[in-house]
Amino acid sequence: MPVIEITGLTKDYPRGFWRKRLHRALDGLNLTVEAGEVFGLLGPNGAGKTTTLKLLMRLIYPTAGSAKLLGRPFTDIDVHRRLGYLPEAPYFYQYLTAREFLDYCGQLFGLPKADRRRRLGELLEQVGLTEAADIALRFFSRGMLQRVGIAQALVNDPELVFLDEPMLGLDPVGRREVRDLILRLGAAGKTVCFSTHVLPDVESVCSRVAILNRGRLHGLGTLGEILKIHVQASEVLVSGFSAALVEALRRLTDGVRVAGDKLSATVPDEQLYTVIDCVRQQGGRLLAVNPVRASLEDYFFEQFGTEKVPELTSQE
Amino acid sequence: MQRVAAIAFNTFREAVRDRVLYNLIVFALLLIGTAILFGQISIGVERLIVINLGLTAVTFFGLAIAIFIGIGLVYKEMDQRTLYVLLAKPVRRVEFILGKFFGLALTLLVNTALMGVGFFLALYYVEGRISLPEANLLAALYFVFLALLLATALALLFSCFSSPVLSAALTFGLFVAGSLAEDLRELGRMMEVPVVEMLARVVYYVIPNFRNFNVISGVAHGHPVPAALLWENTAYAFLYIGLVLAAAALIFQNRNLK
Amino acid sequence: MIPTRRWLPIALVVLLLGGALLVGVQDRVDRTLAAHREEVQLLYLSSPQWVKRLSFGYDGLLACLYWTRAVQHYGRRHMAGGDRTYPLLQPLLEITTTLDPELLIAYRFGGIFLSEPPPHGAARPQQAIALLEKGIQHNPDYYWFWYDMGHLYYRSLKDYRRAAEAFAEGAKNPQAGPFMKVMAARIAAEGGDPRWARFLWAELYKSTDDQYIRRNALNHLQGLQADEDIKYLEALVARYGTQTGRPAGSFEDLVAAGLLRALPLDPAGYPYRLGADGRVRLDPDSPITTSTRGREP
Repeated sequence: MPVIEITGLTKDYPRGFWRKRLHRALDGLNLTVEAGEVFGLLGPNGAGKTTTLKLLMRLIYPTAGSAKLLGRPFTDIDVHRRLGYLPEAPYFYQYLTAREFLDYCGQLFGLPKADRRRRLGELLEQVGLTEAADIALRFFSRGMLQRVGIAQALVNDPELVFLDEPMLGLDPVGRREVRDLILRLGAAGKTVCFSTHVLPDVESVCSRVAILNRGRLHGLGTLGEILKIHVQASEVLVSGFSAALVEALRRLTDGVRVAGDKLSATVPDEQLYTVIDCVRQQGGRLLAVNPVRASLEDYFFEQFGTEKVPELTSQE
Repeated sequence: MQRVAAIAFNTFREAVRDRVLYNLIVFALLLIGTAILFGQISIGVERLIVINLGLTAVTFFGLAIAIFIGIGLVYKEMDQRTLYVLLAKPVRRVEFILGKFFGLALTLLVNTALMGVGFFLALYYVEGRISLPEANLLAALYFVFLALLLATALALLFSCFSSPVLSAALTFGLFVAGSLAEDLRELGRMMEVPVVEMLARVVYYVIPNFRNFNVISGVAHGHPVPAALLWENTAYAFLYIGLVLAAAALIFQNRNLK
Repeated sequence: MIPTRRWLPIALVVLLLGGALLVGVQDRVDRTLAAHREEVQLLYLSSPQWVKRLSFGYDGLLACLYWTRAVQHYGRRHMAGGDRTYPLLQPLLEITTTLDPELLIAYRFGGIFLSEPPPHGAARPQQAIALLEKGIQHNPDYYWFWYDMGHLYYRSLKDYRRAAEAFAEGAKNPQAGPFMKVMAARIAAEGGDPRWARFLWAELYKSTDDQYIRRNALNHLQGLQADEDIKYLEALVARYGTQTGRPAGSFEDLVAAGLLRALPLDPAGYPYRLGADGRVRLDPDSPITTSTRGREP
């Protein structure tokens, strides 16, 4: 059973002094996410990723369309009991400590006191904030706030977790931790849907992605499907080569580079085995043959180029 | 419900940790102390001045607290998006409004009580003896508290759709207008143009009548507060606050968050 | 580098000096402005009705403020010698009593100090009467207003009949002391008797805590006593003259002649002065100002 079903979701924002002009932030989105998926929402800034998540969480209301979460209509506030949500660049009550804040969240779920205390401890450990638990949130760094944010999203041990730009503002260590956390959640059978505009984050984690731009869906499927992986070329790595070999290779293909005692050549598919034979004949040592794949970045540049995407700053 | 209580308590906690509160209370107490000095002018008038100045100070500082804290808390929440986290939980929008209101009400109760204690202390000093607080004065203080609750509800309502500066101005403006309500109606009657008179009457019933809650001059002279007024004012306050909160909930329900 | 450490003492000294200078300059500004400033600033609004309207319910407090101002207006001029006609006293009291019709002391204060002759009052007895009538209208159970009214007619207007009527009205109040009835009965006929003046001032003194009213009443009592003393002393001087055939040079003569036991002091404790013309006068430093005989005509 799909955990997220979005049908024709549309959001217009009135713009201009008289609020007559409409800016369409999301245009008829149709999307389905199955249980247990780690789903990525990708797109440049202003693509409609955050808008989608806010619509699902009923923080803003759609102009048209509807959605179902965990089989229930998204207007049902009780379904939030089984959801977790981390907003983009979150901000928390400055005068509370991390512990007090998480306890407050627990109260909002109706968790009894004993459960709350236990869960707090677990969560704080999970996000690595046990030591900072009793410091006021206004002293927290960006990274620490992000971790508190993730903790509060998991207070109720949700089946479905929404994370809006979870890696924002984190250093490489932090990003790795979040990535691992997402993988753990996925492994535990939860469905995770997160948005980002940072592509390398996605490649290692997501089972499927949706690519949005200017409020429209541009691509949906596994990374492989989207990037249409077919090995177009390979990179051949050679050592122990002679000048004659270099000559020979240069005649066969263009992309020959020599760096110190290593030679690499980008070889189109058709010529791969010819090149390998050449190397063998000339007595070079074949180190590696790596397929060259299109990356997500390439995809983006190809699809969206350098077009300027309108940046949405304040909405409403 | 437990969620409303949780939000209320959290609001109270945040208000208490906000330093604006302490400054205002200190000023109020200072002002009440000043009343003692004023009273030196003329011996018989000391008590009169302390009661008048004291209760008026509690009113206006309470109003300042209701406005600063009330508007600040709600606006801060919406502006800083702590609201996102809150509403992502199974919390209904109306529960948020109610929770915020009760939290602020609790804050106001504590403040009013503190300032009330300062007031009675000043009174004891001036009278030269300690006695049980007069029922009249307690009633007057209770009415002030009701008025402040009403102001808080209004501040909350305005915060749901306007900027903090505008909300503060509107709340204060309504407080003044509401205190002048009777005079406005009088003015309408004096005009002797039926339409204007009608309009004045409508305005009179629509705007919150803050003058109802002001028995300060009376108790200063020892006039007893009519018992009926106790429940009548309570009923008015609860009704009006109920309407205001309903409106706030409605507006907030339909609001797209930033 | 910690620049503040080094500069701190210098900064403090500068701050203190600057502060002292500021205080000095402010004093000068105050003095210059005091010459210019009329107290008109107190009365941006002279209409009592409008003040009441604009007080939006906090009239009790405003009344206290205006009352304070009225007292200051009187007190400052009385002490420091400003305009002794107290021009703003009536308007201020009018506003005060409109804001708080139950501020009893304001009516009493006006009753006295609006009617008293200078330098003690504004010498406008009709205004005083109007104020007292307003007081009676709003506080019909406060019989002291009738008392004050009667006293006013008695001392300022010498209208003994009206005085008696006022006392009679006040006597109707069961809480009024029996003296009201007595005065109502006898003042019309015996008004000229200075004992009544004494009695009235004494009762007034006892009936209030207000320091200004009390001081004024005391002054009058002392003045009346001084008048009595002077009458008596002048009679003694005359007797000395007839006894010895010479006019008395000073009170020592009278003491020597056995007519006085000691040098006479006025009720304020200052010695009486005997003039060459046989008239007895108060010492110029004596604070008694209400004696009719003791001062130069």
